[in-house]
Amino acid sequence: MMKDTPASEMLESECCEPVDEQRSAFQVSRRGFLQLLGSGLLITVTESVSFGQSRATGSRRSGTVGARLHIGQDGRITVMTGKVEIGQGSRAQLTQAAAEELRVSVDQIRLVMADTALVPNDGTTAGSRTTPSTVPAVRRGAATARELLTEMACERWKVDRGTVKVREGAIVHPATGRKITYAALAGAKDIAKVYEAAIPRDVEVTPVSEWEVLGTSVPRPNRRDLVTGAHRFPSDIVRPRMLYGKILRPPSYGATLSAIDLSEAKAMDGVVVVRDGNFVGCAAPTSFRAAQAVQAIAKTASWKAAPHPSSKELFSYLKNHARSGGGGRRGSRGGANGSVEDALEKASKVLREVYGISYIQHAPMEPRAAVAEWNDGTLAVWTGSQAPNRVHSQLAQAFGIESGRVRVIIPDMGGGFGGKHTGEVAVEAARLAKGAGRPVSLRWSREEEFIWAYFRPAGVIEIQAGLDANGLTVAWDFTNINSGGAAIASPYEIRNKRTQFLRSDPPLRQGSYRCLAATANNFARESFMDELAAAAGADPLAFRLAHIENARLRAVLETAAKRFRFSERKGKNGQDVGVGLACGTEKGSYVAACVEVSVDRKRGSIDVRRVCEVFECGAIQNPDNLRSQVEGCIIMGLGGALTEEIQFENGKVLNPSFRQYQVPRFADVPELDIHLLDRPDLPSAGGGETPIIAIAPAIANAVFEATGIRIRCMPIRGVALKQG
Amino acid sequence: MEETIKFRLNGKPTELTVDSDRMLLWVLRTDLALTGTKYGCGEGYCGACTVLVDNEPIRSCRTPVEDVEDKEVVTIEGLANNGDLHPLQKAFMEHDALQCGFCTPGMILTAYGLLQENPQPSYSEILQGMDDNLCRCGAHKRIVQAIQAASKEMKGVS
Ligand code: FES
Ligand code: FES
Repeated sequence: MMKDTPASEMLESECCEPVDEQRSAFQVSRRGFLQLLGSGLLITVTESVSFGQSRATGSRRSGTVGARLHIGQDGRITVMTGKVEIGQGSRAQLTQAAAEELRVSVDQIRLVMADTALVPNDGTTAGSRTTPSTVPAVRRGAATARELLTEMACERWKVDRGTVKVREGAIVHPATGRKITYAALAGAKDIAKVYEAAIPRDVEVTPVSEWEVLGTSVPRPNRRDLVTGAHRFPSDIVRPRMLYGKILRPPSYGATLSAIDLSEAKAMDGVVVVRDGNFVGCAAPTSFRAAQAVQAIAKTASWKAAPHPSSKELFSYLKNHARSGGGGRRGSRGGANGSVEDALEKASKVLREVYGISYIQHAPMEPRAAVAEWNDGTLAVWTGSQAPNRVHSQLAQAFGIESGRVRVIIPDMGGGFGGKHTGEVAVEAARLAKGAGRPVSLRWSREEEFIWAYFRPAGVIEIQAGLDANGLTVAWDFTNINSGGAAIASPYEIRNKRTQFLRSDPPLRQGSYRCLAATANNFARESFMDELAAAAGADPLAFRLAHIENARLRAVLETAAKRFRFSERKGKNGQDVGVGLACGTEKGSYVAACVEVSVDRKRGSIDVRRVCEVFECGAIQNPDNLRSQVEGCIIMGLGGALTEEIQFENGKVLNPSFRQYQVPRFADVPELDIHLLDRPDLPSAGGGETPIIAIAPAIANAVFEATGIRIRCMPIRGVALKQG
Repeated sequence: MEETIKFRLNGKPTELTVDSDRMLLWVLRTDLALTGTKYGCGEGYCGACTVLVDNEPIRSCRTPVEDVEDKEVVTIEGLANNGDLHPLQKAFMEHDALQCGFCTPGMILTAYGLLQENPQPSYSEILQGMDDNLCRCGAHKRIVQAIQAASKEMKGVS
């Protein structure tokens, strides 16, 4: 296994609250900062900017206006954030947030993202935290800047704050017709005090009712670069004198190197070989050459294999290795209410079932990539990671250098889905670059991405529940083994509940995923709710509603059922066609889905024909982008629900290719009816994850309606439906 | 074996001496600095590396560079005409037919081939024509819409 295995990545991934900005040599003075922005070094800034004439203006201390934004004398405003863009639309949304408070158009704003030398630490891009944490942070910074600039204007004019207005990047005094732009103020001597000002926690931001930019569908600011091929993804970064790297991977998990001969590779023209224990890699002027060199080495390597379980015995393995105490930090999510044992004993009916969740891979279209460059003992790395600051400390630690000598830059990257929270590729690239004495670009192959990237955890979920004589659930006992605690608590009103998450001994390196374990927990819970409804002789919709008090959950469920005409369609479908529903809540947002499936019992295949999904995450900040995220969640969710599954044996992944590992394709996309419930009266929650949690259980429930067969695993294996 | 290979690339004559076994994808990206063509699998299964060779979409990750000798290669960088975006590029922008955008160059060039063969494809013909291109972000619906819009826009042109 790799050294930097994050044993419990999933537990950390949600802890993405901003921490204090680390000071570093790369965290440059304002003058240096302006120079950096003007130089070609900063990849995120594609045009040259005319900051040159600005004077050096004090510090960019953490928590100050200057750490968050800069006003150019040309009227362009640079806003800085530690968040990354992985396709989820944070670049547009954070640009909107700043534009809203500054009262400027989005075109005036340039957003610099995730360059640890330039931006504040806004935490990992995960857990749907950009909307509830970073958007407010950016808004507070922008609102503070706007107010301070307004004060400057008022002081000049010797007028009251109440007599001026701010619009289109200028302060105007209607009574006298005077007007001064931010750009003009940016050239003033006393601009420094704006940048040095701390951003108060309680600065007033624009109420939803007055939003002009937030709440609208602002498109991706760099969309043109994305359709012309001009955008540089992490795997596209090129540095002068750069070499391309390739790493020698063990033939199986846990294998250790016992002997190797590097001489043939070393003799190859232009090839640099780097070895450090089990780490062996080559760098060469082309990736072709680097791969040839690694092949030459691989022929000579002998490995000592280690025993490793197979995916065939996955569920029993996880169960046998389960241990209590896993509740740990997630205990709060679980816990107990009432007395489950008593209630089960007294119940008129008790049901017990076990659900299995397979390992899956994130498989973002862009595999992990990094370019590392050493310069006089300082290290700069461009890489695709959702956790710039984590990569930053991982690099400092790996090379024993002060954190001030490391700079991490994250260009907008080709997908993440919770799968890029680590910095292994950055560390590998930096090792090769150090050995080669030249910048090195390392891009994982698809196969490496399938085998060596961490997986979405597999799990075993055991549920037992009791119904009373009226068909209401009176006892609920839910245990998740290994897959995680996200959304483990039932949103249903049940008097006696016990919920626990048990760790196991995961056979694969596992970590975060879009919505973490909420998909697994919701799959089991929502499947089981249907099983309970059937046992109670109740309709699945009515049965759920009888257990829901939360008005937001009720609203999404009722709206979805109504739009889909669930009650009218249920039980009235043709042969081998069925409808199902599911709902859930996580990360402060609410979702419900109704689906129609048709199954082919000869081939054992399941076709999802229609999906109606209703989603609510408070006040909507960018409707079109949110809709995109919901679509993406549904389509990605189809993969985990129906086809995706990592198979392994003897320490080898058996399906490390898009040929064998089937992800959703065009032909799989169902008819979609997506409805967003806007709640301007509620704080905005993130929307890139929770919409994924309802799809799989709705499918399993529809399959049951179609066939009477209950499939209790993810993926929902259609082979169980095969007749004859 | 190092060989000198000549072809037209985005309208310009190009000549380079390379190991002729290398795949076109890497020669474009590494030797010719055209990084708009993406690596998604290297095995022909995802379509991220699609480029046009003699006006037909091919998978550059499986095409040895020697195969394009004397041919006309167009990459995503060469699709716009003097800064005027191709209708497909415009439609992808207008319909937000992308999230991360990593599959986008391959999607656009595959769609280009599809529209060339069938200027007014039906919904299901688009699904079929695009089915071997993967998008992990789930932009599929919008990609189909963008292709439909571009097909309308291009009607009568070409
Ligand atoms: S990279 Fe060529 S098809 Fe995937
Ligand atoms: S837009 Fe990200 S893979 Fe298609």
